[in-house]
Amino acid sequence: MPEILQTTFEELRAAFDRARRDPAFWQAYVALMANYAGRPTPLTFAPNLTAHFGGARIFIKREDLNHTGAHKANNVMGQGLLVQRMGKTRVIAETGAGQHGVATATMAARFGLECTIYMGAVDVARQRPNVFWMQRLGAEVVPVEAGSRILKDAINEAFRDWVTRMDTTHYVLGTACGPHPFPEMVSYFQSIIGSEAREQILAQTGRLPERVYACVGGGSNALGLFQAFMDDPVALVGVEAGGHGPSSGRHAARLAWPDASVGVAQGYKTFFLQNEDGQMRETHSVAAGLDYIGVSPILAHLKTAGRVRFEAATDQEVIAALALTMRKEGLVPALESAHAFVQAFKEAPTLGREAAIIINQSGRADKDIFTVADAFDDPQWRAFIQEKAAAYRSAT
Amino acid sequence: MHLTAHIRRRKEENEILLMTHIVVGYPSLEASYDLVGTMVESGVDLMELQIPFSEPIADGPVILRANQDALAAGATVDRCLAFAGRVAADFAIPFVFMTYYNILYKRGVASFARATARAGLHGAIVPDLPPEEGAAYLEAMGAEGLDPILIFAPTSSERRMAYLARHAGGFVYCVARKGVTGAETAFGESLEDYLDRCRRHTDLPLAVGFGVRRKTDVDFLRGRADIAVVGTETIRALDRGGLAEVGRFLGALR
Repeated sequence: MPEILQTTFEELRAAFDRARRDPAFWQAYVALMANYAGRPTPLTFAPNLTAHFGGARIFIKREDLNHTGAHKANNVMGQGLLVQRMGKTRVIAETGAGQHGVATATMAARFGLECTIYMGAVDVARQRPNVFWMQRLGAEVVPVEAGSRILKDAINEAFRDWVTRMDTTHYVLGTACGPHPFPEMVSYFQSIIGSEAREQILAQTGRLPERVYACVGGGSNALGLFQAFMDDPVALVGVEAGGHGPSSGRHAARLAWPDASVGVAQGYKTFFLQNEDGQMRETHSVAAGLDYIGVSPILAHLKTAGRVRFEAATDQEVIAALALTMRKEGLVPALESAHAFVQAFKEAPTLGREAAIIINQSGRADKDIFTVADAFDDPQWRAFIQEKAAAYRSAT
Repeated sequence: MHLTAHIRRRKEENEILLMTHIVVGYPSLEASYDLVGTMVESGVDLMELQIPFSEPIADGPVILRANQDALAAGATVDRCLAFAGRVAADFAIPFVFMTYYNILYKRGVASFARATARAGLHGAIVPDLPPEEGAAYLEAMGAEGLDPILIFAPTSSERRMAYLARHAGGFVYCVARKGVTGAETAFGESLEDYLDRCRRHTDLPLAVGFGVRRKTDVDFLRGRADIAVVGTETIRALDRGGLAEVGRFLGALR
């Protein structure tokens, strides 16, 4: 991290440490999430998928039911409370798919903060509905034209803003990456997922799950779920974006496949998809939220320690899992979350019927209708958009 | 001769020295070589050679784009090292590297320091590596007789400046304001106070960068600092009117 931000990080670390030691802070956080965001989210038994695979009982943690439609709200509202304590008046954030941007714009509206969201120009083009909502919520959305014009470039741009306006501004980093204390702080707020899920599975089944599954972009929803089971005899499985498959060069699997290596960038050390010189490579995923060069340093450590197993799901497998989940259970997991479903579906038949597994449905796909419609290559949707475009054109 | 001694000697002839910055390989390695030649002829006292990186978070849009273009044009780390060896042999001013830590980390910090020394450079600036994370770097630079040039910022506390000064070598790079490279800086009273503060914490020469654009900026630094650093503005000059424009721009600065 540049020298200019050293003092800002010292202040942030101190504010977070004070908040964490104050039981009233966590209570205020839980109350806010209950009354504003809809927590606790349910743990839903999936009887039809369970019967379909004929193995372990499948349970789904419903982070899609958070206000704004994803687990991102947990982190954002928590950091919002911290911003209030620090007395800052402006927040900035990066966003890939737009989920974290929408959550941050929502929090800023609620807390009366000025808000600027940095988003790669490529992502702005493919996630227009989220851009629309962020702007309606009062945020300024800045398309980032630098680099590959995706998530990593939005992070760089947010840091460039922060080094200029750190006096008034807090950077609401969206995942468990970046410089200390972000990985720890984001995991701390997301731990609410796992602590609820652990209680819920014990109440519903009377036992711990055999395995739990979460998709891994930066890693915040995975760490949120995994932390509660860290000391239990429970297998923790993180599922990365396999894109077009291994050896395609078009994926974002940093830990599941051997293409990434250790590096230091964007203020932290982890496995990055980079070349031999240390230049970051292009990544790809059907899920914009997983399309990122690095991964949480905490997850990298847990991989090295053998505590978390990493797998990757390809774009094709993800679409199939999403289709099946919609038809069988009426649930609509985000493309990101559907990666976790792929791996769980592969493993459920190999486990006994007495076993239970949990899949984290980190977000919902209905607001990603453009991306999902493209992924399903739906001709009727395409016709509808063309008609709509024609109507706009003739109106002007 | 060591960097600090070299700076002191040049200071006998000039009240304020000029350090320029180039992104190696922008727009091409050959063009970079000619650019160094033009800068040396224009009387520049020392130079920063930036090894391009894909994620240059301390740089503004102009240098960022130069990094991307240089990478796209094939500026690998090996080619940058070879380039550095060539200019250090051909031109009689000191050169230092500027790059981000991942470039050093991937090559191996000790191996990078060896290659830097072999190329005939005097030191390096690594803006995203604070000394508390850079023990191996400081040691490797020391072992090769190279100067680790550290950075003071207007947000650095007294304690922080004292700490940085203990580890710094060659000169101290004082970032003139908050923000990234290439934006406007107010050369006024608060900068003067800040530079006074920097001066109290180190005997090393002070270089001031970020937003030095015109003669009045350089004049302001006379007597308040030792080196004026010009980065983004020379890239703008190059883009505007090629080497001739760079020469005109630098000639008019001092």
